[in-house]
Formats: sequence, C-alpha cells, structure tokens
Amino acid sequence: MKITIASGKGGTGKTTLSTNLAMYLAEQYQVVLTDLDVEEPNSGLFIHGKQTYMADMFKMIPEWDQAACTLCGKCQDVCNYHAVMKLGNRVMVFPELCHSCHACSELCLAQALPMHQIKMGELRQYKAGNLDFIDSRLDVGQEQAVPLIAQTLAYVEQNFDTTYLKLFDAPPGTSCPVIKATQNADLVILITEPTPFGLHDLKLAIETMRELEKDFVVVVNRFGIGNDDVIQYCENENIKVLAKLPNDRRIAELYSRGELVYPHIPEFAEQLRLISDFITNKQGMHI
Amino acid sequence: MKEIVVISGKGGTGKTSITASFAILGGKDIVVADCDVDAADMYLLLQPKLKTEEDFYSGYAAVINREKCLNCGKCASVCHFEAINLVECLYTVSSINCEGCGYCAKICPVDAITLVEQNVGKLYISATKADNMMVHARLRSGADNSGKLVARVKQEAKQIATETGKELVIVDGSPGIGCPVVSSLSGADYVVLVTEPTVSGLHDLKRVYELVNRFHISAGCIINKADINPDVANQIEVYLIENNIVHLTDLPYDEAFTAAMTIGQTIVEYDHDKLADLLTASWNKIKQILSKEQQ
Repeated sequence: MKITIASGKGGTGKTTLSTNLAMYLAEQYQVVLTDLDVEEPNSGLFIHGKQTYMADMFKMIPEWDQAACTLCGKCQDVCNYHAVMKLGNRVMVFPELCHSCHACSELCLAQALPMHQIKMGELRQYKAGNLDFIDSRLDVGQEQAVPLIAQTLAYVEQNFDTTYLKLFDAPPGTSCPVIKATQNADLVILITEPTPFGLHDLKLAIETMRELEKDFVVVVNRFGIGNDDVIQYCENENIKVLAKLPNDRRIAELYSRGELVYPHIPEFAEQLRLISDFITNKQGMHI
Repeated sequence: MKEIVVISGKGGTGKTSITASFAILGGKDIVVADCDVDAADMYLLLQPKLKTEEDFYSGYAAVINREKCLNCGKCASVCHFEAINLVECLYTVSSINCEGCGYCAKICPVDAITLVEQNVGKLYISATKADNMMVHARLRSGADNSGKLVARVKQEAKQIATETGKELVIVDGSPGIGCPVVSSLSGADYVVLVTEPTVSGLHDLKRVYELVNRFHISAGCIINKADINPDVANQIEVYLIENNIVHLTDLPYDEAFTAAMTIGQTIVEYDHDKLADLLTASWNKIKQILSKEQQ
C-alpha cells in the first residue's frame, strides 16, 4: 500500500506527520518512508539511521557534436522549450530549459545531438531500526523537481515489494511536483491547519486530488488554534478528518530540535494510533 | 524602481504574513505581487477589490484526432513521459503527464496529433485595502508552468509600478528552490529570507540562500518564532554573519499571527505593540538598505 502525505500549504506538518507515522508504524510493520520534497527535503533531519546506499541521480540532455552537425536547424524547430538554439554556426543547449524529451536528439538526421547524462541530485537510503528511509535531494540550481521525483519513485518500486507499507512525504503546493508525488498513491493524507490559509490551500489540494481521482483523508494539525472552518468544511463535503494533532508549543520545540514527537507527547501518539488503525484496517487493501 | 522578493525555502515560516505586513506599511508607494501561485494566500489578508482578470495560457498538451489516427502507437513509443497509453485499445493522451514537447506530433505518420495551448490559471489585478495595486494569480490545480505564471505576475507588477511612478515592488515568493523560486528571484534587487530556528528552517535557509547567492542579490533575514529554540537561532545568526546577510529582526513565537489571519488582518493591523514595531523597524531598514545601494 502506498500512502502519500501532502498539503497545499507549506509548513502545515507534512514532515512531522511523515516521520512520526513512519517510525510509529515501523514498530509493527515493514515500512519504507521516502522524502519526495526534493527541493527542501527535511525528513532526514528527524530520522537518524545508518546509510546503506547512495547514488547520484541523472537527467538526460543533448550535447552538441560540432563535427557531425550539418547546421540544418531542425533541432531548434523541434524543441518546444527553446532549450536548443542554432546561433550562427553553432548549436547551443540550455540544460535548465531541457525537459529530456529526446526529440531533438532522435530526430537529428546527422545524429549530432547525442543524449548525455547530467547530475541533478542525490538519492540516499538509510536503515533506522525497522524503518527504511529514502532521502532524495535536488542539486541547488536544478529547477525541475519532477524528473527526480519520478526516478525516486521508480527506485522505491524496484527495491521494495508489496510486503512493505510505503509512505511518501510530498512537496507542498498543487503543481506538477505534487501531481507526480501523489499520482500512484493508494491513499493521500492531506494535512492542514485550522486557519484561513490552511483552509484555502486545503480546498486547492482537495480539488487536485478529486481531479486525480484519489482516495484522500484529512489530518488537522495544530488543532485548537485558528477557527472551526476547516472542520466545518470537511463535514459539509463529507471528507473524513482522520486525526487532530494538538496545538502545543512543546511539539514545536521538539520539532525545532529534530526530535520525534510521539515518544514525548501521549496526546500526539494517540492521534497517530487513529491514523495507524485506519491504514491497517482499510478494507480491500493489503500492506 | 526596485524589487524586493520575500522567500523562505521552507513553507509555513510566516512569509506571507510578513509580506502582507510590508504591503500595508508600504501603502500607496508600492505595488504588491503574490508569486506563490500554488498557494496564493495573500489576498486573504489584503482583501483586494478585483479590477481585472484574465486567463493565462502557457505550455502545450497533445491532442489526438481520432478520425485521422491509425492507432499505430508510434507516438507512445517515442514519448518519454508515459503520457500516451492504451485506454480501451486506443492510444490516448494523459494531459496530466503530457509535457507538451510535441515529439509525438512530429513523428505521427498521418498528422493526427496537434498541440493545444494550455489554460494553466488566472491572472488578477486588484486594489488592496492598503491603497496599492496587487497582482496575483491562481494556478489551475495540477497545472504545469508555475514558473511562467510567476514571471508574468512579476512583469505585470513592474509594469504597473512604472506606469504609476511607484518606487517599489514587493513580491511574495514560493517555497522550495525550483522553477517558481528561480523565476521569483530573477531580476530582484533585494531578498528577504524568512526563517525559523528549527533544524528544517536552517537546512532550507542554507539551500535557498545558495540559490540567491548565484543571482548575486543582497539579502536580509527575519528569524520568526526566534524564541522556540535559542540554540538553532544562534546557529542561524552565525550563518547570517558568515554569509554577509543582514539580520533584519527576530520575531517571537506568537499565536497573534494566526489570530490576525483568522479575522483577515495583517500583523501590523492586528498588533499595536511589539510585533508591529519590529516589523515596522524591519521595513524601514530594508528601505534604507535599498536607498543606500542606489547611491
């Protein structure tokens, strides 16, 4: 079973929930947690394990072979991203604009734009007790998160069979990186805050999940702050609010130090139990 | 005209609350741009009156003409995005996966594929309660090209500033380090980094500042919730000194941020005490730095 933890708004507790839930579930089950917030991956700050694997991650871009090129200019016409340009008697490639579609390379009659790999990030695997943890991070300066998210998902798919419960910490927002991170999930947990910003961004996230036809539930974090609008909205929309994580300065302090919350705050552990029960009881799904 | 961009790397550090406060403090002398197009929340605090709205088109998606299509599958075989798959025995484009590269259209033997420009969101121009103009947007859920929408929002804001003789544009950026952030930073004169003294806050600050540094833009930093962890706050301070980042101010952990938001106000309207003073002092400091740089 694949569960993605996502939110419209940033800073609502995705990483707090992902790391705590993963460690909590790993006390009983085989769990792998993957941080797909590759732009700002934080889960690794809370999970301290032994590194078992590390790999550079690459994306493919074309490289101009001057000797082979006939300067026909077809590559420039073919590229919809303006990533390949013929300037005078040269062809320039702009890697940050390239989406790795391979069109210019494969349609070049002179085969003057062979694809080469360039590094876009790093993937590391850790073992922390019973939990496997995958940290995937984009190199600073790389703009596109989606190719790295896709490759990280493929890595998890290849290395962990269906006996594993797979948790994914998604990036914030509702644009392409989030779509990639939630696309193959069996269940999406949307975490939000009971505030006007939280509600606004939750609505966008719900709209996105409905468009993707995803099964989703809501977890409210910092419950007690703000107002009742999020709870009211979920009630009206018939959306299950799975848990309400308490608003407690001690949680913020534990988080600030990179510590897990549930071993210290029983009310928080109780809410994790609700989520855990829901996941393990989910009808028709097997871990 | 100068452009100030507020970013944070990590989400939820108070970036939008702080930017909206600056928008109030700047009043009629500035133009506001909300470039966090994925989660464009600033309007909830600035309660703008809508002046104009338009659809924003960017990027393409492939569409197969069933009458021409031979169902040969060549398109699917060249697609690198798994965007063309057999659905009930017919090759079908998934517009969510399609990146609009057009490779399929170019190799289709019967020209059955066309690329259609995508409506990825809406662009709004509004007048806020602070007597200034605000450019904001809404990315359609799941849409691509948020970087392009960010660029457009900034471009509109700058144009309004030029036309109306305003000296400053203040931009609320998005979290992360990817294309929307790169787009927010390009052309900026000053960056305000909003962080919090948590291990994540510091980690994300370092990554986003590495990006800022590549643009050679000078930066100042506001440490929000500064009292939540004095140790990490000190580490942040050391990092700021090492990297020549101006430490603008520390704000305490205060639920007034949420209380203000709940009634649709910015901190400087809600709080008439310490928080408002600290934010006002920061705003004046930023303006001072910018005017010094100009000389």
